[in-house]
Amino acid sequence: MSRTARLRLFGVSGVGLAGLLVWALTGLPAFGTFNGAYGWILIDVAGKERHVTNVVAAVVFDYRGFDTLGEEFILFAAVMGVAMLLREARDGRDRPRDEVRSDAVQAVGLALAGPTVVVGLYLVAHGYLTPGGGFQGGVAVAAGLALLYAAGRYRSYRAASPHSLVELGEGTGAGAYASVGVAALLAGGLYLQNVVQLGTKGFLNSGGTIPILNTAVGLEVAAATVLLFHEFLEEVMYPE
Amino acid sequence: MIPLQVVVLLLTALGGLAVVTSRDPLRQTIVSGLYGLTLIVLFVVFQAPDVALSALVASTVAFPFVVLSALAKLRRRPPR
Repeated sequence: MSRTARLRLFGVSGVGLAGLLVWALTGLPAFGTFNGAYGWILIDVAGKERHVTNVVAAVVFDYRGFDTLGEEFILFAAVMGVAMLLREARDGRDRPRDEVRSDAVQAVGLALAGPTVVVGLYLVAHGYLTPGGGFQGGVAVAAGLALLYAAGRYRSYRAASPHSLVELGEGTGAGAYASVGVAALLAGGLYLQNVVQLGTKGFLNSGGTIPILNTAVGLEVAAATVLLFHEFLEEVMYPE
Repeated sequence: MIPLQVVVLLLTALGGLAVVTSRDPLRQTIVSGLYGLTLIVLFVVFQAPDVALSALVASTVAFPFVVLSALAKLRRRPPR
């Protein structure tokens, strides 16, 4: 296509897009208005029905718990796919190449690794009381471990996350989520229905099955992210 | 809309622009991490802490990690 033809095409489509955008923007509700009836209802009833203080957790692990089951298996399948594509047989005897020589990078990485893991565990444990939850906390735990690698301690990083244990964690997390649903069926409820005692609102012991599902997701996400890091780091650390 | 929200929205727009205008993939990865950080501040300012935490771990840790390791792998391969 010639330059003038391309410019003409750009001009026409640019004006068209601008027109559509202005049309859409003028039709928007006023800033701060929220027309979601479902949201207003949940803010009212979630605390009373499920005894949790974080309504988001009640939606993710209870009202829409079945969607989260699907999301968890999407992550599971995606990481398994990466592992199958990138996995190669390595004897692991040849020493990996740690190229971090800067004292500052090593010190900051090592100083942040522990606290990041603790923050991640806190986010998982308190996901249904304060903002956070299994997904956020799980990735934070994995990030804390990855900081060990960033600090030039690839060996400590691998020692802190043994491959077989991480794989076991991933499978257990995914399996536990599905099993809680089956347990609800056996208890005479619907799949993933909250059948456990709800406990006292605002305490760790509250929410019925929500904390169990939350922990399962935390385990699954942390393990899946670490596995993902393992596969990519092996490619970097052991160049052919 | 309070002034803080206006400032954060402008910062996010600038961040997005910075990501698409950086040409070097390595630089672009770092810039996109910083852009993620402006998005996180945006979510906090607009009172969505759960989303902010998800974005924090995904856009400043997991995503740059995967892209950077791929770049490191490519850089080491001898040019053909």
